[in-house]
Amino acid sequence: MEADAPGPPVLNSGTRASTWRGPIIDVDIHAVVPSLDSLTPYLDKVWIQHIAEREWTGPPTAIIYPPNLDASARPEWRPGDGRLPATEVSMIQADLLDPLDIECGILNCVYAIDGGPPDFSVAMARAVNDWLIAEWLEADSRLRASIVLPTRDDPAAIAAEIDRVGCHPGFVQALLPARSGGMYGKRLYWPVFEAIVRNDLVAGIHWGGSNNGLPSTPSGWPSTYIEEYVSEVQVFESQLISLLAEGTFQRFPELRVSFLEIGFTWVPMWMWDLDRNWKGMRREVPWLKRPPFEIMREHVRFSTAPLDAPSAEELAPVIEWLGPQNLLLFATDYPHMHDDDLVTLLGALPEDKHAQVMAESAREWYRLGPATRESDV
Amino acid sequence: MSEAGAKAGKQARPSKFVVARASDVPEGSRILVRVLGREIGIFNVGGRFHAILNRCPHQGAELCKGDIIGRVESDCPGEMRLDPSQKFLVCPWHAWEYDIETGQSWRDVSDENSSRPYSSARSYGLGLRAGKKLAAGLSRGDIEVSTENAEFVDTVTHRVKGPYEAHILPVSVDDDYIVLSLTTALTTESDQLDE
Repeated sequence: MEADAPGPPVLNSGTRASTWRGPIIDVDIHAVVPSLDSLTPYLDKVWIQHIAEREWTGPPTAIIYPPNLDASARPEWRPGDGRLPATEVSMIQADLLDPLDIECGILNCVYAIDGGPPDFSVAMARAVNDWLIAEWLEADSRLRASIVLPTRDDPAAIAAEIDRVGCHPGFVQALLPARSGGMYGKRLYWPVFEAIVRNDLVAGIHWGGSNNGLPSTPSGWPSTYIEEYVSEVQVFESQLISLLAEGTFQRFPELRVSFLEIGFTWVPMWMWDLDRNWKGMRREVPWLKRPPFEIMREHVRFSTAPLDAPSAEELAPVIEWLGPQNLLLFATDYPHMHDDDLVTLLGALPEDKHAQVMAESAREWYRLGPATRESDV
Repeated sequence: MSEAGAKAGKQARPSKFVVARASDVPEGSRILVRVLGREIGIFNVGGRFHAILNRCPHQGAELCKGDIIGRVESDCPGEMRLDPSQKFLVCPWHAWEYDIETGQSWRDVSDENSSRPYSSARSYGLGLRAGKKLAAGLSRGDIEVSTENAEFVDTVTHRVKGPYEAHILPVSVDDDYIVLSLTTALTTESDQLDE
């Protein structure tokens, strides 16, 4: 890469060299299943017959990511030849890994196979994970991935899939869709977190999943996508409160949780509220011996995309409110388009946090190993 | 009060006050008394008497009208236990917990990491005195039978039932009396009369 060649859109007008010279680890890159056909090599015949008989065309995605919206894929990142965005490793290499000189990228596939008949859901999750290994992880050593999980109605099946592929060095995380029929702090999910910890993985709370027919708000279905999109933060907030209040981190002291693709500007306000109420309601949750915000800082990280603040000046105090420890992990959320500008993010961060946010915190959080480039700081 | 006691009172007011008969504050109940302009809750918790200023150090709520609860502890979800040996007075406004013995706020409200640490609730020394011993103290002038007002606070509804008639406390040598000390922060064991 030429030092001053124009970078990908996420740099806006800047270049890689002029914006950030250190290593970059991107914790939220989407790998998209192009079609059901791509999964058939990884499916048992019984399910190929089931799909054919039912004329099942794949899980619905249009509600969460309307296909033609820029928020679903940046115009620059659409192949324009009929192929869907982010469906092949070569697209991610050409659009992102090479031009942004990304040391390591974590793939999150939000293929919604967590609904439907339980055995089918398990078979589909296995197929997607095997497809991720064969066609992505083995194709580029810079890539890591999150395990796609089957039906949330069957935590034992989720744990079994985590155990099946969790030992693969390419998997560093297991993806739990935020908009779930369940609050992840419930003890029902203990076997899931047990398996995540057992395999030394991170639990990633992310958009996606089948939604189980649930709206993005507790007040019902919104009329428009803008409402759908902006309101969804509420389910993430509820999941964070649930994990903390139910004592998930006391039950699993080693547990690491990443909140992905939901920004972070909402975090301090919710944590202040939780801390304030904890002082008076501690007796309900006596395992929380310290303010929950403090516990959260040890166990939870947030990806930087989408960046919800209009300017570095407005973003800086929010980052300060998160506390002295760095909780942010850089992400492009490829191929989704946000107004994210790396200059804004870096401008809002104190100088000594730049390297942490851009790579070092993610390296430690996901146990990614030492920097691979000689020039790395 | 003796003449000598009255003279002493002019120089320095007594720091000890007889606020109630022990039998007026049966186990599980409380009264509010006003001494030198300070409103103070007198509690009988499990046979031990405690006195706390009726003001929460957080935002000034009437602390003494809150519930008394045992300490709930847990090391992990799935196990919860009650420690009946430690009792908290819970502020009616924000439900913060204060140790009934010491007035110490519990957990983070006085967290050393907090940029705005809160102080403990003000607690006072309390003792029981047998009437005959009290009579001697009264005659020396180092104890005053002085409650401007004493209110009984219903522990269930927290409603004030009305003025408790304690303006005049006839000292009977057959009774035990609750003596409040404004200068001693903590109740010492020796001040607690064995039942």
